[in-house]
Amino acid sequence: MVEQIIFIIIAVLTIGSALVVVTNRNLFHAALALMVSFLGVAGFYVLLEAGFLAAAQLLVYIGAISILIIFAIMMTRRMMQTTEAPYNTQWGLGLIAAGLVLAILVFVVVGYWPLPPDASVYLQTRTQVSDAVIQNSVVELGKAFVSPDAYVLPFELASILLLGALVGAIVVAWPPQEEGEA
Amino acid sequence: MPLSWYLLVAAVLFSIGLYGVFARRNAVAILMAVELILNAVNINLVAFWRYRTPESSAGMAWAIFVLVVAAAEAAVGLALVISIYRNRDSVVAEEMDLLKN
Repeated sequence: MVEQIIFIIIAVLTIGSALVVVTNRNLFHAALALMVSFLGVAGFYVLLEAGFLAAAQLLVYIGAISILIIFAIMMTRRMMQTTEAPYNTQWGLGLIAAGLVLAILVFVVVGYWPLPPDASVYLQTRTQVSDAVIQNSVVELGKAFVSPDAYVLPFELASILLLGALVGAIVVAWPPQEEGEA
Repeated sequence: MPLSWYLLVAAVLFSIGLYGVFARRNAVAILMAVELILNAVNINLVAFWRYRTPESSAGMAWAIFVLVVAAAEAAVGLALVISIYRNRDSVVAEEMDLLKN
């Protein structure tokens, strides 16, 4: 019962601030709402007993990506006054398309399509597992990341991807060189 | 608490992000909406991991990889926005038509 109440509070917080993100004219306020939304997602991870992911969410999303986005907004601030239209001319079509996607997803999740309701896995409640299994999951994850039988190759690829992306980001954002200076 | 609760919240978050990508003019706002979409996907991954296979590490590993790719995407995307802002004095997505014609 307590868990349901906490879930609903976090869900309202997350979805409410997500709506602010896509509707607010002031981009800076939208970025702050995005941070609240990330915090709500971290709350979901805690509810799902994925503590490591919740910590990673706090560090990577709230600590790094949000700050990066706020930097970008500040550097491009002059162009985006709040008087300018925040939406393009096709926002109505976008709303219809997003609503259709939502309707399809809800239809699938609620279980009337394509599965009959009684065959749905979505209504199952969580199986209780012992604390040891949950605590062990982080250990298992760490081992899996460096195990040749599991994810060592994707793990190394991810590190190369990050290195490439960050070097690429610096190169792209570097100020244009004057002639003769280079 | 049934699994569908988490999936419904993730579906709503995904659709909000999708609407943001479709409707926003500012490129930074579009990137923020993309982050919402990636977060919705991650909620799904973690919820399925906890409800279906809590003894396997596959679900968590996928969620971590999504996190890594999201960080890389944000860095490159924002660098592109700043570069375009510097060259064209605009961050409006529909005015980024350098590759047109």
